[in-house]
Amino acid sequence: MEQILANGVYLGSQYAMIALGLTLIFALMNVLNFAHGQMYVIGGFVTYTFYGQWGVPFVLALFMSCVTLAILGALIERFLFAPVIKGSSREESTMLLAAGIAFFLDAVILLVFGEKQRGVPKIVDGVFNYDFRLIMPYDRILICVLAILSIVAFIGLMQYTKTGRALRALAQDRTAAQLMGVNVDRYSMIGFALGAMLAGLVGGLLVTITGVNLGMGGPTSIKAFMMVMIGGAGVISGAIWGGIILGFMEAIGLALLYQYGDITYLLIFVSLMIFLAIRPQGLMGKPWG
Amino acid sequence: MQRRTLMKAALTAVALTSFQATSALAENTVLKIGFVGVTSGPAAAWGISNQRSMEARAAWINETGGYTIGGTTYDIEIVSFDDQKDPKRAIAGMEKMAQEGIHYVVGPNVDDGAAAVRPVAESNGIMYFPYAFPKSLYQAPASNAVLGMVANYQSGPSIYKYLMEEKGVKTVAFIAANESDPLSQRDGGVEAAEALGLEVVSANVTYQVDTTDFTPVLTPVMRAQPDLLVLSGVSPANAPQLIRSARELGFQGVISTETAQDAGVLAEGAGDLANGFISVGGASTPELASPMMNEFVQRYTDMFGEYNDESNTKVYALEYILETLKADPAAITDVDAFKAAMDTFEAPNPYMNGDAKLRYVGMTSFGQRRQVAVPLVVNVYQDGAFETLFVAEVD
Repeated sequence: MEQILANGVYLGSQYAMIALGLTLIFALMNVLNFAHGQMYVIGGFVTYTFYGQWGVPFVLALFMSCVTLAILGALIERFLFAPVIKGSSREESTMLLAAGIAFFLDAVILLVFGEKQRGVPKIVDGVFNYDFRLIMPYDRILICVLAILSIVAFIGLMQYTKTGRALRALAQDRTAAQLMGVNVDRYSMIGFALGAMLAGLVGGLLVTITGVNLGMGGPTSIKAFMMVMIGGAGVISGAIWGGIILGFMEAIGLALLYQYGDITYLLIFVSLMIFLAIRPQGLMGKPWG
Repeated sequence: MQRRTLMKAALTAVALTSFQATSALAENTVLKIGFVGVTSGPAAAWGISNQRSMEARAAWINETGGYTIGGTTYDIEIVSFDDQKDPKRAIAGMEKMAQEGIHYVVGPNVDDGAAAVRPVAESNGIMYFPYAFPKSLYQAPASNAVLGMVANYQSGPSIYKYLMEEKGVKTVAFIAANESDPLSQRDGGVEAAEALGLEVVSANVTYQVDTTDFTPVLTPVMRAQPDLLVLSGVSPANAPQLIRSARELGFQGVISTETAQDAGVLAEGAGDLANGFISVGGASTPELASPMMNEFVQRYTDMFGEYNDESNTKVYALEYILETLKADPAAITDVDAFKAAMDTFEAPNPYMNGDAKLRYVGMTSFGQRRQVAVPLVVNVYQDGAFETLFVAEVD
């Protein structure tokens, strides 16, 4: 039981971080960013290059992942999403654009970083072993703590800073925020950059545990969408709960149902379908959007 | 006036350069060889190593004057199609090859893709070289598919037997991704292990192919405390993470797989924890690699920036196609001639030291020669490189 709980907390914290950026962008711009997984992968590769290849300290490499993705996100919003949103009222325009960006980034990743799985040296050696009832490598514990701290810092930023208040106002009512003097264009760009930066941060953190490869982007996006749908699209706390719930469902399913083969995800998807049929807006979303 | 002269000179230079380029391209007839496989998504490494092996070898051939078959010298052109590991896309890829008049195709990389393209290949006179293991593809009445590597039901028993005799292995656990290839390889491995007298203590645990954290997946397997953990059909992307998680959970036994791996990927992803990991490779270890293999590795590295150890196996398919066409030039447009040549074909293996031969095998497994005789080189990973554990042959 201890192992299941520990696995659940670890998986839940990393999933919550992945979902946060996606739901932030959705909340601000009503854009389903299909390229979120690819941004996560780029974050992993940037940390891999700085820390794994060039020997730069891990913290600095992680910072470079955040900066790279923040700039990339800002550029994507400024030159791609903003013009499309202004020029088209159809939601599928931004969806198609996001899908196109995902394919484009996949191609760029292949050209720049290659097709191989990449990994970096462990940031902390050793394994915590409590009487073989709870086994957890120290690097996972550290990453879990860092992920939780990052989530807390993000919530703090959203709650207690001027930027956070402006972003929340934008998410609640774009027109009202504009009438109150919020520079919508500027804060949309900041919000998108922040969402992309979160993807880069979690990619950089997790490359130390899971490594990174070209093909991780699509599945990561799908998992992130699941978490966002569970928690409620566009709700920050919903994304966190969605990540924690998915993490625990995985940990419990893998521990208790292994003898029946890989039915954990089958059950998760069935549960999700039933849940969405009963509560389509997710746990914390509003029925009216 | 001066400007006009300059423009004329520039135009003349452009025209001459274009003429020269056209002449160089038109020097040899072009022989197109196809590739249909996965070059995107989580399994991209499998197909990309295929495609790049073919492209590196084709560039080498073209650079050195082309490939002579029946008195005609050909430049080799590789026509590639990414099937995204989707059988429907694989069919579309094979149809594209047929439309381009291509008769020889390498791929697909996985079981369902290889099965899906069979009708298209057979109806359009295409010989194809899949990296898929279902015997029905290679047994009569099927005759157009040629297995491009050693199957797990051929390499697995050799590895298990070696480990029983040399390491005293008595119990084994299998873990596989929840996909057709790894699951069928797991089933074949379980059957082979039981036939050899090994006790299978766990074989039900599977994982999603996009799993990134294997600790929860492996925890129940570790409780069974096997002597040997087999990673059935594991992709190079997943192998380091599985090894790392198993070792971190305290597993002390042997870990093996029957798929090809990359030493650099293992070094980065698992480091010293991968020491002792057993996998199947090609002719890459220093004692086996011929000067031509070494040159291939160098050219591949120069062309793509980094070599992939999986290409030690993937380098063979194109060589087999060209050498067999050389043995019977009529086969360039007539696959029946190719099939007839396969029964007696034999040529020196340019990638291995010693007197190894290129020839078609498969009589024991398929009842007909529908497999390339890639050497069964079983490697063990040690401190960043593979060492040859033993070499065997498939008949």
